[in-house]
Amino acid sequence: MTKRQIVLLASRLVQVLPVVVLATVVIFGLLQLVPGDPAAVIAGEYATAERIAEIRHQLGLDQPLWRQYLGWLFAAMHGDLSTSLITGQPVVEEVLRRLPNTLLIVCGALMLSISVGVPLGLTAATHVDSPVDRVVTTIASLGVAVPNFWFGMILVGFFALGLGLFPTTGAASLFQDPRAAVMHAALPSVALAMGGTAEIARQLRSAMIEVLGSQYVRTLHAKGLPQSSILWRHGLKNVSLTLLTVIGLVFNRTLGATVAIEAVFAIPGTGTLVVTSATNKDFPIVQGTVFVLVMIVIGCNLLIDLLCTVLDPRVDK
Amino acid sequence: MTDALLDVRDLSIHFRSGAREVQVTRKVSFTIAPGEVVGLVGESGCGKTVTGLALMGLLPRGRSRVTGNIFLGGEDFAAMSPRQMRRVRGRRISMIFQEPMSALDPVFTIGEQISETLRAHRDVSVGEARARAIEALTQVGIPEPELRYDAYPHQLSGGMRQRAMIAIALVCEPQLLIADEPTTALDVTVQAQIVEVLGGLCARLGMAMLFITHDLGLVAETCSRLVTMYAGEVVEEGHIDDVLVRPRHPYSSGLLRSLPALAQRKATLPAIPGRVPTVAEMPAGCRFRPRCAHARSVCEDPQSLVDSGNGHVRCCRQEELVLPGALRGEVAA
Ligand SMILES: Nc1ncnc2c1ncn2[C@@H]1O[C@H](COP(=O)(O)OP(=O)(O)OP(=O)(O)O)[C@@H](O)[C@H]1O
Ligand code: SF4
Ligand SMILES: [Mg+2]
Repeated sequence: MTKRQIVLLASRLVQVLPVVVLATVVIFGLLQLVPGDPAAVIAGEYATAERIAEIRHQLGLDQPLWRQYLGWLFAAMHGDLSTSLITGQPVVEEVLRRLPNTLLIVCGALMLSISVGVPLGLTAATHVDSPVDRVVTTIASLGVAVPNFWFGMILVGFFALGLGLFPTTGAASLFQDPRAAVMHAALPSVALAMGGTAEIARQLRSAMIEVLGSQYVRTLHAKGLPQSSILWRHGLKNVSLTLLTVIGLVFNRTLGATVAIEAVFAIPGTGTLVVTSATNKDFPIVQGTVFVLVMIVIGCNLLIDLLCTVLDPRVDK
Repeated sequence: MTDALLDVRDLSIHFRSGAREVQVTRKVSFTIAPGEVVGLVGESGCGKTVTGLALMGLLPRGRSRVTGNIFLGGEDFAAMSPRQMRRVRGRRISMIFQEPMSALDPVFTIGEQISETLRAHRDVSVGEARARAIEALTQVGIPEPELRYDAYPHQLSGGMRQRAMIAIALVCEPQLLIADEPTTALDVTVQAQIVEVLGGLCARLGMAMLFITHDLGLVAETCSRLVTMYAGEVVEEGHIDDVLVRPRHPYSSGLLRSLPALAQRKATLPAIPGRVPTVAEMPAGCRFRPRCAHARSVCEDPQSLVDSGNGHVRCCRQEELVLPGALRGEVAA
């Protein structure tokens, strides 16, 4: 690794800090806009005004906003995301218990998207305007257009309820029962993967078409390189940055899409956690879960940024 | 002409778009002897690049149709499979392009791009390929070749990139180099250096070159023969000294007279009036007729390329016309 790359990596790390700060401000701020008083919720329906004030004091809700924010941020940095208003359990524990279920289907979906989307995109790009290409482009447009929860319901209806090949709902722990965990994650992963597969196939197709039509690929042909070397060595390396960026994008979107998919498959993941907590006005849980998910997204984007920096010889700035 | 290295006969190139087909070159014929440097000139769009690409078998397959014959060392390209054509490209004929910026793969080092060419055609080890690539970099005058081997294209100047392109093209020591406007995108001082490198390599390796350019001054310096194309046809072909002094075709004469070297004396640049006709408005008979000051009614008949004693000319009035050229001394200055 060159000195220049190390400097670039360091600057990327510094650049991400303001993003993190902004994200925490937004996450903290959004819940301030929600109508309803958490203290009143905790105190219950028949609580006196004094009782509510007391709870508000306990929670620090009577402090100025900026102090509340700093307190929350400081605690969050130390792994303390407060406690559930309803169960009194630490939020972190609840989120960490749910997170593996979500990450399992997200990672499964991502792997599916890559392993199906990449060959599809490459095949389409090398057969532009052929029937193969038209089939791929049609599938890709469908994949983007069809809502994945709807696709998920069809999958459940056919493979789980109809053929009985997979469990219809729920999740299992990957550590205690890997087989059951994979079986439970299979259909949700497929449902989630559809949009990402389509996106990867589409973007890779157009990136590869551009590369194959470029002047430098003409040079490669002029040098007498075999087609395989042009495609796999030069083509793939030239689209690899686009591919990485798209994978990052797909990861973000897939993580967001888990809210609906977890509901369809009744998976106890972070998506369902956010939904139920929001319904119960259990704000610390909502806040904590969103915080963890946003940090994962920022971390993932940072990782991809760093990879691009290392991989692209052209990075200049 | 049996001793010709390259023999192009009646090469016509057509492009298809949808159901329509347009002919962009018509019956182009010329030869190149081993080691000979031939200039190919003509205004933009007259078909120089497509002719070069056709020689390489690089026209977009499916969208183009080529008729006529190309013989390299007596072998007919038409009889070759795509696989055999690939073995010819980069090994027996190489081509370099106008834009050194975009003609090199941005994510591979210069050295990798040279040695992979060698390894595609010769059975050499990685280490040997590297040594030969560094040697090629030295030959094209790139300083510190060991260091440059690991440089990426964006780290080099335009002139250095074009040198690297030339190194890629010559690493297999081809018999023929097609140089498609190799200096157009470069600074004037760098242009002269690149031309010098190319000329030196041809002499040293005994390599023939088809030098495609707009710049007749460069042709005068480097080439021994000149082929002039107009609107997809060869209009004149002859020895450079003959054509420069006494061009036979009004179009060649016009090109020569618009050279800056002459224009400086005459104060105005006597450019050829009008522009190249598009395929749709191509005149019957002589294609140059709408722009020709010497046009007569005889010119409305189709013109064929005929022997002029020391070359070939496509103009029925060639015998009677005495056309001004450019004196060699003035051009080279
Ligand atoms: N891929 C293509 N499809 C359709 N037409 C093409 C294609 N490539 C070139 N042509 C046409 O062929 C003709 C000759 O083009 P060519 O690039 O050979 O000209 P040129 O003499 O090299 O010009 P220049 O000096 O500008 O490079 C032009 O009219 C051009 O529009
Ligand atoms: S044939 Fe006639 S129009 Fe054509 S170049 Fe000769 S003189 Fe001009
Ligand atoms: Mg051209």
